[in-house]
Amino acid sequence: MRRLIASREALLLLAIAIVLGIIASRFPAFITPTNLASVFNDTSPLILLAIGQMIVILTKCIDLSVAANLALTGMVVSLVNIAIPDMPIIFTMLIAISFGTVLGMFNGVLVWKLDIPPIVVTLGTMTIFRGIIFLLTEGKWVNSHEMSDKFKAFPRADILGMPVLSWIAIIVVILFMIVMSRTKLGRAFYAAGGNPHAATYAGINVGRTQFWAFTISGALAGLTGYLWVSRFAVAYVDVAAGFELTVVAACVIGGVSIMGGIGTVHGALLGALFLGIIANALPVVNISPFWQMAISGSAIIIAVVLNAQANRVKGRIILKRAEQAT
Amino acid sequence: MNAGKFTNTLQEESPSIELTGITKTFPGVRALSEVSLKLYPGKVTALVGENGAGKSTVVKVLTGIYQPDAGKILLENKPVKFFTPQIAETNGVTAIHQETVLFDELSVAENIFLGHEPKGRFGLIDRSVMFARSEEILNEIGANIDPKAILKDLGTANKHLVAISRALSIDARVVIMDEPTAALSQKEIDELYDLIETLKSQDKAILFISHKFNEIFRIADFYTVYRDGQMVGAGEIDDVSEPELVKLMVGRDVNQIFPARERKIGERVLEVVGYEHPTEFSEIDFNLRRGEILGFYGLVGAGRSELMQALFGITKTSDGSIKIDGAMASIRSPADAVDNGIVYVPEDRGKQGAIGALPIFQNVTLPSLSKTSQNGFIKLAEEFKLAREYSERLDLRAASLDTDVGNLSGGNQQKVVIAKWLATKPKVIILDEPTKGIDIGSKAAVHEFMAELAAQGLAVIMVSSEIPEIVGMSDRAIVMREGRIVAELSQLEITPESLVSYAAGIREYVT
Repeated sequence: MRRLIASREALLLLAIAIVLGIIASRFPAFITPTNLASVFNDTSPLILLAIGQMIVILTKCIDLSVAANLALTGMVVSLVNIAIPDMPIIFTMLIAISFGTVLGMFNGVLVWKLDIPPIVVTLGTMTIFRGIIFLLTEGKWVNSHEMSDKFKAFPRADILGMPVLSWIAIIVVILFMIVMSRTKLGRAFYAAGGNPHAATYAGINVGRTQFWAFTISGALAGLTGYLWVSRFAVAYVDVAAGFELTVVAACVIGGVSIMGGIGTVHGALLGALFLGIIANALPVVNISPFWQMAISGSAIIIAVVLNAQANRVKGRIILKRAEQAT
Repeated sequence: MNAGKFTNTLQEESPSIELTGITKTFPGVRALSEVSLKLYPGKVTALVGENGAGKSTVVKVLTGIYQPDAGKILLENKPVKFFTPQIAETNGVTAIHQETVLFDELSVAENIFLGHEPKGRFGLIDRSVMFARSEEILNEIGANIDPKAILKDLGTANKHLVAISRALSIDARVVIMDEPTAALSQKEIDELYDLIETLKSQDKAILFISHKFNEIFRIADFYTVYRDGQMVGAGEIDDVSEPELVKLMVGRDVNQIFPARERKIGERVLEVVGYEHPTEFSEIDFNLRRGEILGFYGLVGAGRSELMQALFGITKTSDGSIKIDGAMASIRSPADAVDNGIVYVPEDRGKQGAIGALPIFQNVTLPSLSKTSQNGFIKLAEEFKLAREYSERLDLRAASLDTDVGNLSGGNQQKVVIAKWLATKPKVIILDEPTKGIDIGSKAAVHEFMAELAAQGLAVIMVSSEIPEIVGMSDRAIVMREGRIVAELSQLEITPESLVSYAAGIREYVT
């Protein structure tokens, strides 16, 4: 099983290389280090959200409210910025992360304590979050000139030749690689989704584990909220509308099993990069946006078929065992 | 009645359905071995046997869910093959299952006619005919149920009546009742008996599966006994007595050898007083000593697993207390239980035991992670050491500890689950059906291991439905029936007959 996943992630890496090769043959400038770095920077928000979503899906849940959380948190920090333009960025970041965390916890509590299906909970909060933005602003935009320069400059600030946004994505990737492989909580995510019954017997509280997954997803969405509105220098109700589906797609392409229990941080990273490269490359080589959607769609279906095949082998074994037991 | 009469009956009437030489093998297990079964029109045949004797398997063969590896099914003397449940049903074989298999959100009539709805114009379902026919059938069996009622609003007894109506609606020739009275009150059971009489008068052949001897002797005309997948007896119910039937059920050659062991029973480690659960069990008192193997026997549904889950903090109790090493303990979650030195190896290892998508070492250390981590961070070297130590102790055969558990054989998965619990260094280990569904070789290994655990001073609770296992392994045995402890047997008192008699309520225990 593990080897199969490893090969699937290798496969994805190969697919990315092929796509890059094809693009390079028509537009060599695309694969210069500078351009690739800029593609990575463009994909950073997707990477951040995909890692949170990966953890949620790992526990057999789904978080459809990430993009709405991003938009709401982005609006909140923008409004705070208008009120206190000189606030140090570190506080803006803290506000964004805390606010997103609270929204994530709200999802988590509903799933954990009230036992409501995650898809219903987050479909509801998705609408609620965007509704709150409307209540806060009456639908008005916060535009570039209303934001302080410091607020807008931070994600673009250059450290060792790369913008802060990219560095944040890299740090988060490394952080969660450690969390997922080296902490009790990380192990609990895999156990709770892989076999909730067995996890319960091993003393893991499955509901509480799901709560933490939503909390992490919310924190990352909040952080991304600030980075997004400052990078694009605009905040409004429909920021990142529909982006939650791209995030789920990145996870699925990255080999995260929608049934829970299977998935890795680097898988989510590769899935996000694949979509990021497609999105950035196709306009460059003059392919219509329709093809972009078609290619993303095909990638999702191929990934799902591969997932299903891996799971089917597993399913057969279980069936045999069930028969044996009778 | 004499044997001559018996042969006579067989010659006079030919069976509605007859199974001969049916064999069904699953990987590692021969569930049925050349069994036969005859069901006569207008007669009730009781199928008797222990858990795992092959009763459910034969029902699945009869209803087309399983295909036999060998043997014939004769329907009114003509050979037939039931490739699918639908074919069995159109041939008039229908089963009313232990847990009624119906659709809660559909109406009574829709349930009765699902799959063979009366068709009207344009091939659409003719609802008025469906409701009218349903009403007719319900009246026929004296059931006062509105065919338009939604099934989930009915009680268990009425759901059974709907299931029976469904059997009638397809003009069944053979009706299989798998423990039909398990969930019914005495009044409802009496009504069911009347109904069975009605079915008999309509010349339907009935297969009646029950653990309750009083029912069998009241309702059945013939009996058939299975044991370990073989037919060991059949005949007219009037020719057999309860003790004879019990003997047929359990009397076997002991073909399993249990490890000889020195019994070193130590001081009391666990004491359970007045454990109560609103629905599953009540008045549970027992104790357990170091080095002791305490067997728990009972029929399916006697409340054994539920009691064990309560001891492990998964099921909440409404009353009672528990002492460990003489000190009161409060167990509200599995984590509490593990902290208090109680571990539980569940019956269904596929569902509750191991996590298939995680490697061996992560499965083994899952409940002990607090011991191998600091500030929430796992120390990988220590984790691996712990996993290696216990995997080796259990002689776990795998290419590497990094192999996913899902890729291991059943026996090895069982070892992973046991290694996982031993790594927590428990005082009390609860093994729920430790050898269910594993082959003879692995069974012997598990038994030997259990003896070794006891010899090391661990207190073992072994929940088992396999009589030889209880007899061969236990130092003491507790028999449960309908949520209560009905007998506590010393090693000398544990015999197949005593276990079955207490479990089935044939014999009352006197202290």
